[in-house]
Amino acid sequence: MPVSKSVGARVKRREDPKLIRGLGQYVDDINLPKTLHVAILRSPYAHARIEKLDTGAALRLSGVVAVCTGPELEDKIGTLPTTADNPTLKIPAHHVLAIGKVCFAGEGVAAVVAEDRYTARDALDLIQVEYEALPVVSDPEKALTPGSPVIHSEFTDNLAFSWKHEQGDLAKAFKQADKIVKQRLVHQRLAPIAIETRAVLARYLPEAKELTVWSSTQIPHILKTHLAQLLKLPENEVRVIAPDVGGGFGCKLNVYAEEALLGYLALTLNRPVKWIEERRENIQATIHGRGQVGEVEVAVRKDGTILGLRYKVIADIGAYHQLFTPAIPPFTGLMLSGCYKIPAMSIELSAAFTNKMSTDAYRGAGRPEAAYVIERIIDRVAQELKLDAVAVRRRNFPKASEFPFKTATGLAYDSGNYQLALGKALKLAGYEKLRREQRKLRSRGRYLGIGLSTYVEICAMGPGFWEYGKVQLEPSGKVTVFSGASPHGQGQQTSFAQIVSDELGVALDDITVVHGDTGQVARGMGTFGSRATAVGGIAVYHAAEQVREKAREIASHLLEVDADDVVFSDGRFSVKGVPKKALTIQQIARQAQETGDSSGKTAPGLAAEYQFEPSNFTFPFGTHICVVEIDPQTGNIAIKKYFAVDDCGKVINPLLVDGQLQGGIVQGLGQALYEGVVYDENGQLRNGSLLDYAVPKATNLPRLRLSRTETPSPVNPLGIKGIGEAGTIGSTPAIVNAVIDALAPFGVTHIDMPLTPQKIWRLCQGAKAAVAGGRR
Amino acid sequence: MKASSGKKSMDGVRKQKITLRINGIEHSLEVEPRLLLVHFLRDVLGLTGTHIGCDTSSCGACTVMFDNMAVKSCTVLAVQADGAELLTIEGLAQGARLHPLQEAFWECHGLQCGFCTPGMILSAYQLLMRNPKPSEPEIRHAIDGNLCRCTGYEHIVDSVQYAAKRMKRKDLRRR
Repeated sequence: MPVSKSVGARVKRREDPKLIRGLGQYVDDINLPKTLHVAILRSPYAHARIEKLDTGAALRLSGVVAVCTGPELEDKIGTLPTTADNPTLKIPAHHVLAIGKVCFAGEGVAAVVAEDRYTARDALDLIQVEYEALPVVSDPEKALTPGSPVIHSEFTDNLAFSWKHEQGDLAKAFKQADKIVKQRLVHQRLAPIAIETRAVLARYLPEAKELTVWSSTQIPHILKTHLAQLLKLPENEVRVIAPDVGGGFGCKLNVYAEEALLGYLALTLNRPVKWIEERRENIQATIHGRGQVGEVEVAVRKDGTILGLRYKVIADIGAYHQLFTPAIPPFTGLMLSGCYKIPAMSIELSAAFTNKMSTDAYRGAGRPEAAYVIERIIDRVAQELKLDAVAVRRRNFPKASEFPFKTATGLAYDSGNYQLALGKALKLAGYEKLRREQRKLRSRGRYLGIGLSTYVEICAMGPGFWEYGKVQLEPSGKVTVFSGASPHGQGQQTSFAQIVSDELGVALDDITVVHGDTGQVARGMGTFGSRATAVGGIAVYHAAEQVREKAREIASHLLEVDADDVVFSDGRFSVKGVPKKALTIQQIARQAQETGDSSGKTAPGLAAEYQFEPSNFTFPFGTHICVVEIDPQTGNIAIKKYFAVDDCGKVINPLLVDGQLQGGIVQGLGQALYEGVVYDENGQLRNGSLLDYAVPKATNLPRLRLSRTETPSPVNPLGIKGIGEAGTIGSTPAIVNAVIDALAPFGVTHIDMPLTPQKIWRLCQGAKAAVAGGRR
Repeated sequence: MKASSGKKSMDGVRKQKITLRINGIEHSLEVEPRLLLVHFLRDVLGLTGTHIGCDTSSCGACTVMFDNMAVKSCTVLAVQADGAELLTIEGLAQGARLHPLQEAFWECHGLQCGFCTPGMILSAYQLLMRNPKPSEPEIRHAIDGNLCRCTGYEHIVDSVQYAAKRMKRKDLRRR
């Protein structure tokens, strides 16, 4: 076995040198000669009939090349796809541009193609549209009440789909309970806000019969398949390239109207076309995350043992399904057991169409909602039973020996040691000392809050979602790695090279990792669900392993010994017991290129490809502890300290893992404290720019104290679990629990997110007034 | 789709001549008065390291040094830069030698997707020009106008601290 040198090391990223010099190539940085620019007219109404649409004046503006509308494209471009295995699913036709009616503010109505960006924008103002406003359905709960206006007239109501799961004797659990604790919880809609907005460039080469679409996407291969279908082209005439991608967080895990539209325009106009989403459009017309309202109810014994859990939830789908819209809310249901033994559970999910942008995968995608439900209700139980929040968690954890741990939601968690992570986090935070400090400060009128979350998540998608990897030794001895994963900041050009370096004994600098181009990488699924390393990395690992074994065969022939007598170490194959009789893998590569092993048994070339599909998901977990101080005079929340102990199985590169966690934690903090897409009752987006949609900034953030436990996953040979979303899933409940804990003296038991100073100030003032009133 | 009958001239738009130095090189060009500086840099000169992340000067991805001040180039017209001295991310390294701030971002994993990075580095550049030994709160304050969605800022703060320790006066010379 080669000595592991690279895996586990803090290797600096190989992606960085060009990016820090400003030499990255994001879609808008690619300038093809004669490129035309596209701008899209979007509906100002949330729900309206299009009575008249006149594009004549726009077309007459000099510099405008073409204008198109929905009806003209109806038989040219198919309807946008969605994926879900759910018999209750209703799928309204989702056109690339609206036909006859608009169903959310921001829906595309017409597109202008012009010689430059400014002219394209100017022309939008010249398009005349007459709308007949229709009644708006903005609130998902109201959407499902009888008598609500129905958004899609082909259906009888706004129920987009439903999903149910029940296991165990829930009636008995609730009958035997000492206490039943209930809580209504709102998971507000969030805007993903990748700093690079969506961007598409398309070019058609008629002679070569090749449509190339550069898109800021997480899934070039999936997009290619769908674009071929949407544009009615043979799939081998479509190539999709994801160049440098400026952040995704799930919002680029999709097939969007603009991607199909630009492909069509390139085909028709015979010139390259480019569309760069503006930030205002981005908040209107790129998918949102979360958007659930639920009521959780748990049956508990007075010692804190959970006997059963019931959750009824309404998911706000928006007007149409995007690619994974219907797949996200059921993830919440599946993960509702958290890291606890809950013998009986019932989950009832209803998804509602509303006159808003679609919800879909946003970092965590269904799991942050689950973690929030279970971690909030555990804290509520502790509060109701006057038990410590740590004790209630400990009481309900499965033991490390109980893995694979089967939940009442039908999952089998691969591996875990929840006590260990919790214990380590408590020690790191100095939990007991913090509680003493809290009591001391409270007596002086200062409000410290300590919040925990012991989360578990499901990732490394997973059974049904494979990933492709290929490892190729060039005749020069350099290695090219091809992966179907499509990283956009996660750093797999580094971590995959680390894996291959160890397997083949080749220096990191001699390894190139290629991804994000369907013209170069044969197959792929992409980067989402914290899967790139735990699935894509494993495909690459197996491919490298096969290359090594093929090289061993060739070596055995060249060294004239049995393959079993060939020893591999540090990139050299030597004869057992005769270390000097050896060949380097580079020498073998040269030989392999010419003749294989020259015996004719082994085909020429030294390359292998592998498609890996895991037998199960992985279940990373951990404990986050947040300490806040609230100022009741202003409602301000100061985050004093933040501790996180995460377990993502084996770590390939700790530097990258820390980066994923830090970014994830701050994104989860954004949901807890600042963010929320706000639509009014008319379906108008109230905070559609970065002036009023608040993402976390560098100030007001604490230093994060990170630590790890390492429980390998048994579902892949490297023991990797995945780390892309853990921070976001773990942090939101820890922060909210801390704020609620700080406000306990005011009798506060719950506040819906985002926890703005205004909400907190009101509660503090209300509580004071109530106390004062009582005294009088 | 309706195709335009196709008269192409941009009639009625009077272009204006501007002369400015960017990364030490003088440029003299005629531009439309409404052209934003960021589009001038990116689309006219091909300096695509300066990015655009919003339309409200909130995100800072387009930050460049303008007469030794970090400005958001999406909120400046190209004609306002007439006579100015600009430094963009492309002008920071000296040939193969990275600027200490660039080294620091690489060393400390101060970037993930890299889209906010050029603006972030130039905001940090301005900070270190004015305050060579900043405290952590001062660093956080200085980059408060630059949004990063990937890193949670922690490694960016580390990067600026790392650079501050290694910067020499020549690394901040006026251009």
